[in-house]
Amino acid sequence: MLTYTIRRLLFSIPTLLFISLIIFLLLELAPGDPMAQVPLTVPPEVKQKMREALGLGEPLHIRYVKWLIQFFWVEPQVFIDWLTRDTWLLGWLPDTSFSEGKLRVISWQTRSPVMDIVIQRIPQTLWVVGLAYVVGILIALPIGIYSAYRQYSVFDQAGTFVTMIGFSIPPFFTGPLLIVVFAVGLGWFPSIYDTTHVVRDWASFKIQLQQMIMPVMVLALQTTAQISRFMRSSMLDNLNQDYVRTARAKGLKESVVVMVHVLRNSMIPVVTVIALGIPSIFGGAIITENVFKVNGVGQLLLTALFANDLPMVQTLTFIFALLIVVFNLIADILYGLLDPRIRYD
Amino acid sequence: MTDETATPKSFEPVPTAPPRSQWADVWRQFRRHKGALFGGGFLVFITLAVLIGPYLWTVDPQKLNIRFKDIRPIYTALWDGDAKVNWAYPLGSDNLGRDILANLLSGGRASMAVGWAAMLISVVIGTVIGVVAGFFKRLDGLFMRFTDLVLSLPILPLLLVAVTLFRQPLRKNFGPETGMFILIVAIIGITSWMQTARIVRGEVLALKEREFILAARSIGTKPFKIITRHLLPNVLSPIMVSATLGLATAIITESALSFLGVGFPSDFPTWGKLLSDAVPRMEEFPERVVLPGLMISLTVLSVNYIGDGLRDALDPRIRGR
Repeated sequence: MLTYTIRRLLFSIPTLLFISLIIFLLLELAPGDPMAQVPLTVPPEVKQKMREALGLGEPLHIRYVKWLIQFFWVEPQVFIDWLTRDTWLLGWLPDTSFSEGKLRVISWQTRSPVMDIVIQRIPQTLWVVGLAYVVGILIALPIGIYSAYRQYSVFDQAGTFVTMIGFSIPPFFTGPLLIVVFAVGLGWFPSIYDTTHVVRDWASFKIQLQQMIMPVMVLALQTTAQISRFMRSSMLDNLNQDYVRTARAKGLKESVVVMVHVLRNSMIPVVTVIALGIPSIFGGAIITENVFKVNGVGQLLLTALFANDLPMVQTLTFIFALLIVVFNLIADILYGLLDPRIRYD
Repeated sequence: MTDETATPKSFEPVPTAPPRSQWADVWRQFRRHKGALFGGGFLVFITLAVLIGPYLWTVDPQKLNIRFKDIRPIYTALWDGDAKVNWAYPLGSDNLGRDILANLLSGGRASMAVGWAAMLISVVIGTVIGVVAGFFKRLDGLFMRFTDLVLSLPILPLLLVAVTLFRQPLRKNFGPETGMFILIVAIIGITSWMQTARIVRGEVLALKEREFILAARSIGTKPFKIITRHLLPNVLSPIMVSATLGLATAIITESALSFLGVGFPSDFPTWGKLLSDAVPRMEEFPERVVLPGLMISLTVLSVNYIGDGLRDALDPRIRGR
């Protein structure tokens, strides 16, 4: 298991390098010019100087290597500096200054480090997207378990139908639909997610809750659809196994048979699917964040894209890819840990 | 089973029913799946509607008529007597007086065309890569590593990046509509073949070891002929199932791109574009969001149901029970 993990970790390094190269080359083809907004009266040699100040003067491969160094070497140093300076966890250590005087990945829009902006945006995304994922799983598991246990019952038919709908209705339709019904028609929830809202007391907490319900529900519908389907088929695979008959034959209660014996075995593939779905929910959140105007990572990517802010787009897309690779690895390792029949070596 | 009075002395069981072809069996099983049947019916209906509809409802979807702008659909008159309705505009008109029914029909044409074309591209790429990787051992490692790599790319962000980057040059070369069509179809096709490739490779790996392939090889059949004559017909069913899924995702992806504002231009609307154009004024005119949204959702739902039914119908273990 350990050697497998190490081998996979080593293999993910060239994968990540290749992905970052693809993204870099794709952005390199961009026809947009960051100097397009500069007035025409500025002479060309000054423009050239400005371009060089943005780091565009160097040839392609040098810029790529520099971005790699900034992302993988300078940014972790900044992180360590922050850990020893401001956190209680490592704050007792003497303050380090590894990153002093080193150039970080700078956004062309705001001229501030890209990672700082990303870290500002992550809480909003995590609150909405993360909570939606948890809610979706919590709804999906009981539905999947019960509809497998009572296969072809009315509940199962209804559940399959609802998951099919959840599969098919895209979030850019459910979002506006919910807004029309609940924000405009009934007036229960605000149609726009206010990220500046601070939770201080019970009343403000209630407002926070109200504004989170709709985006969370939109995202949770999709998660529920996928996971409950998986849970159902996984339960069905296990319910006909011999060990279930043995468990019933030795007189175990039905609840113990289903909820302990079958459920534990059925959860193995479901857990890995849950792990695999985490990065894709970040990608899907771009649309939901756009509908409800959540000021999160997806919205950041969209604005950066339209503003031709290449360092920001490059870094964000790479972070998404990093998440996918990491969670693929986690899912494979989890599978090996949970299922003793799986031997990777 | 056999009719004893007709052939009393025969020891061999004589089949009384005429032989059934495989596709008749598939169709019989498919018919038993109610959802799939409804889905198939709806898909045929919507395809015919967007193909023939513009010839029956001959209103130009781009014709502006500012005097008849913001007309509500005819059915709003049922509960709101004062609503501005007009029989010339059965589903109403938008803020520039363009007819919504005509727009839905032509938008459906674009959406379905994008969906089918992108699905065909992705299925062809996926099948080729899957068959080659499964059949030729030497290429397997390379191709599958490549597939894994593409699978770990963040697809939606990359789609957004690619569309914004290549929009201008393609529009310049092929005109705004054709250029955008080529771009979106190509990009969706290129980024969604991976699942098909994986499934096809798995099937081919298993089929390759079977006796009939050995027999074909032993009489000197060339690899290309083995693939086309013996392998491809046998992997057809997983390909068809993943093709239906591909059609559904292609329609949704195109609509998502249009919704995010990087899809087709407003004067060549697809369902996704109609939906996103209507969002700013959805409080006054909810039907403009709901109608194209319903079209997308129902089409995708029916395609998904067809996929479900096909999976059951093409599985010989389930079929006949």
